[in-house]
Amino acid sequence: MTRTEPNRSRSSNSDSEKNSGNGGGGRTTAMRVIVPLQGVVQGRGGLFLGSVIPCAFFYFLQFYLKRNRKNDESDNSGEQNSSASSSSSPNSGLPDPTRSQSAGHLTELTGLPRSLSRILLSPRNSGGAVSVSGRVNCVLKGGDSSPYYVGQKRVEEDPYDELGNPDGVIQLGLSQNIKLSFDDWVLENPKEAISDGLSISGIASYEPSDGLLELKMAVAGFMSEATKNSVSFDPSQLVLTSGASSAIEILSFCLADSGNAFLVPTPCSPGYDRDVKWRTGVDIIHVPCRSADNFNMSMVVLDRAFYQAKKRGVRIRGIIISNPSNPMGSLLSRENLYALLDFARERNIHIISNEIFAGSVHGEEGEFVSMAEIVDTEENIDRERVHIVYDLSKDLSFPGLRSAAIYSFNESVLSASRKLTTLSPVSSPTQHLLISAISNPKNVQRLVKTNRQRLQSIYMELVKGLKELGIECTKSNGGFYCWADMRGLISSYSEKGEIELWNKLLNIGKINVIPGSCCHCIEPGWFRICFSNLSEKDVPVVMNRIRKVCQTCKSQN
Amino acid sequence: MRLIVPLRGVIQGRGGLFVGSLIPCCLFYFLQLYLKRRRPPPTDPTELPRTSSRTNLFSRGNSIGRVRVSSRAVPVAKPSDSPYYIGLERVKTDPYDRIKNTDGIIQLGLAESTLCFDLLQRWMSENLMESMMQSDDGEFDISSIAMYKPFEGLLELRVAFADFMSRIMGGNVSFDPSNMVITAGGTPAIEVLAFCLADHGNAFLIPTPYYPGFDRDIKFRTGVELIPVHCRSSDNFTVTVSALEQALNQARKRGSKVSGILFSNPSNPVGNILSRETLQDILRFAQEKNIHVISDEIFAGSVYGDKEFVSMAEIAGSGEFDKSRVHIIYGLSKDLSIPGFRAGVIYSFHEDVVNAAKKLMRFSSVPVPVQRILISLLSDVRFIEEYMTAHRQRIRDKHIRFVEGLKQLGIPCAESGGGLYCWVDMSSLLTSYSEKGELELFEKLLTVAKINATPGTACYCIEPGWFRCCFTALADEDIPVIMERIRQLRESSRS
Repeated sequence: MTRTEPNRSRSSNSDSEKNSGNGGGGRTTAMRVIVPLQGVVQGRGGLFLGSVIPCAFFYFLQFYLKRNRKNDESDNSGEQNSSASSSSSPNSGLPDPTRSQSAGHLTELTGLPRSLSRILLSPRNSGGAVSVSGRVNCVLKGGDSSPYYVGQKRVEEDPYDELGNPDGVIQLGLSQNIKLSFDDWVLENPKEAISDGLSISGIASYEPSDGLLELKMAVAGFMSEATKNSVSFDPSQLVLTSGASSAIEILSFCLADSGNAFLVPTPCSPGYDRDVKWRTGVDIIHVPCRSADNFNMSMVVLDRAFYQAKKRGVRIRGIIISNPSNPMGSLLSRENLYALLDFARERNIHIISNEIFAGSVHGEEGEFVSMAEIVDTEENIDRERVHIVYDLSKDLSFPGLRSAAIYSFNESVLSASRKLTTLSPVSSPTQHLLISAISNPKNVQRLVKTNRQRLQSIYMELVKGLKELGIECTKSNGGFYCWADMRGLISSYSEKGEIELWNKLLNIGKINVIPGSCCHCIEPGWFRICFSNLSEKDVPVVMNRIRKVCQTCKSQN
Repeated sequence: MRLIVPLRGVIQGRGGLFVGSLIPCCLFYFLQLYLKRRRPPPTDPTELPRTSSRTNLFSRGNSIGRVRVSSRAVPVAKPSDSPYYIGLERVKTDPYDRIKNTDGIIQLGLAESTLCFDLLQRWMSENLMESMMQSDDGEFDISSIAMYKPFEGLLELRVAFADFMSRIMGGNVSFDPSNMVITAGGTPAIEVLAFCLADHGNAFLIPTPYYPGFDRDIKFRTGVELIPVHCRSSDNFTVTVSALEQALNQARKRGSKVSGILFSNPSNPVGNILSRETLQDILRFAQEKNIHVISDEIFAGSVYGDKEFVSMAEIAGSGEFDKSRVHIIYGLSKDLSIPGFRAGVIYSFHEDVVNAAKKLMRFSSVPVPVQRILISLLSDVRFIEEYMTAHRQRIRDKHIRFVEGLKQLGIPCAESGGGLYCWVDMSSLLTSYSEKGELELFEKLLTVAKINATPGTACYCIEPGWFRCCFTALADEDIPVIMERIRQLRESSRS
């Protein structure tokens, strides 16, 4: 502003010349203050206009900034407004020192009546039935009729047993790995070794709910082993939780506010609908991948989904990928991961990389690259957007242990999740059991190796069998699943046709597989077959059953 | 004037053209600068070798936007400012040890009990492995512990739990295993109930002083508010219906929807036991207002006084009331002194709540091996009987010693009959009778006397000077040490 000094005198001269001029008195004072207003103040209504116009100008400027801020920032006043308008942002309850009092008040006032309104519909007179919260209704209804649960239930009622119940339903839906390698671990670990760890002072008292340091170190070692030592994990960046579900839930809570969304390439794990949505209020936007691309996600489609969401006013906070992918079992290449990181950087969003099958990579061609390895060399600014979920129970073939880990580079996420683990803690006996299981590197190596070999051989058997029946599978290199293309067997190329076939497989074939619609696959006719439950002698039984279904399908056609 | 008014005067002037364009430019430059700082710049589409491109292009510093965490995670991530957590953290840095660190901080802030570790130790060493590895035919079957099992807990465990609960509650009430959901500790149990009973922004009434952990358990993720209902020392901190009524009306006036009442019985931190009449009054009040009742009975087995403990389940089961609004929380952390096992239970008479909680247990279920241990522990009736008798007896003894020690210093305690703590009136030590004075005393206790006791402020007590002291992790010889430290503190502050 000081640089306008020489101009000012000149312009004032010209002013007195050119202006029709009744503002000589106001000239000198107004001039000095703000140059653009000079002419206005001189005029008759000058004083009024001169104050209204800058005000209006700044109003629009602020308006613009505010709109902009709402999209780009999370913890500023813009966000307070958006949280006030969204019915269920938990932030309204928490005092925020940066917020003005009136803003806080506004949040409370607008936040409350909305959730209230739902309850008001139900009878409120005294003595009436007391109502549960509105948000729990979606949990109550949540997916009981989905084939995923119907199938599980059928298996529970009538499970296959080679001797006891040879006509029962064979479980090919649930990813547990019990038959494969855990036996070894228990047989070869003397019981004393375990019970030594389980001394009373160790298991009974309060211990950090995010995991003992000893366990974290063991887990870090195990994860390195599972990734073939290509990257070393820092134990201080680990937070242990009770199961991958709660790990994903905690991350969703920490990374996104209620009403925000994550991008999820489909087909995806059926569990996300519950883990991400139920309690956190975060939405999922599916990004469909197609069989033509071998179900690889493309950045173009991600981009499109991102902008479509943005247009609708939905704020995308991150992308959830699984690697090795669930259900296809494919591995993401290094290039893919870099592209993904670029995408996340450009859009300034998080990446949740679900690597629960990292230790179950069984293919020989593909190389598993952990997201941790990709960001290892990156700057902090990029690392902070990467969060990895790792499941110990899956790779250890011990799902009943319910323990998983979050590995993050983001200090705020880590400290928030550490506190949140009190809400889904890993119990001390479990921690000590795990320590004794995985702290010996030799054991770990053998375990991972046996696991891989067994998965590989059973996978080969199954794929070979399916091929003989004319059913192709996508190439799988990791995980417990194969993704089978049964498009040839469905009567109509639609979700209805798929469910019909699924019903036939369950009722006639007596095998429980997961239809693609549960994994949000947009192409009908794909099924997820979990083979880790099977032993090799079960494979012919499964094949016979599928053959039977094939025949009924063909006879109908 | 008609076109762009602010610039009119400028354009009229001779240098006007220059200034008139410079100023808007400046404005937009700053605007753009402001926007830029808030937005990640587009990345370069050219395909440079990746690792080098990154550093070359972005070495200008923080031009890339830092990724943000959600706004609701920010308060969670921040270090807590409650004295309860500050004290607990401090103890970790310098814990007292009878031999190795005699100058350390003595922990009176954590409600855990080591009184009966000898009994537990014996049981565990005899039965632990067998209990975990057993199966029906006596032979070890890995699938019995390793497989996915129902999240709400094995039926056997629920049966054992129900039996155990009715045993410690005096056998006056029986629990139905089908109304029960096993959770990974009392903390998730409370959170799940809060999620099921109240929407975001709704509130629970809660008599003060209350357990400081509720703030985290309930507010962190569910967004449910807690509205304090103040109780006073003149009523021995027992809640009254008129206070509840008043708090409810005030909340409604402010536009808050109250979904329920949450209280602990035996109360934490005071340790008093609610009488049958009080419980009936509360339930009647809840019925009148059509709200839920959550009774946290996690200390039900740690009752040592003469007063009889009455479970809310018994009142609800009397047939007089609509029981679907009653929900009970229980856990083994306190009564069986095994907090590390993280075993708790939600017992609810509301079918929807039970069903929803079952599903939500996918996030906090008890691992199957731990369930197996618990099944054999809880079904070992002889051990449980022996343990519970010893547990009660030892708390009683310790309580008498501790309270007696304080009495000799002239420090009174509130009347209590349950829990692992006592509620101590240290108002005589305060320099000023206010919250500030209390926090000063807390700080002095922590730094000078090296004792971590939870101040009443952390429990939202409105009367200053009260402290919660947990005495069950102390050995007998620790008590004189504590008393001596308090005495010295008092004398130094007097002089």
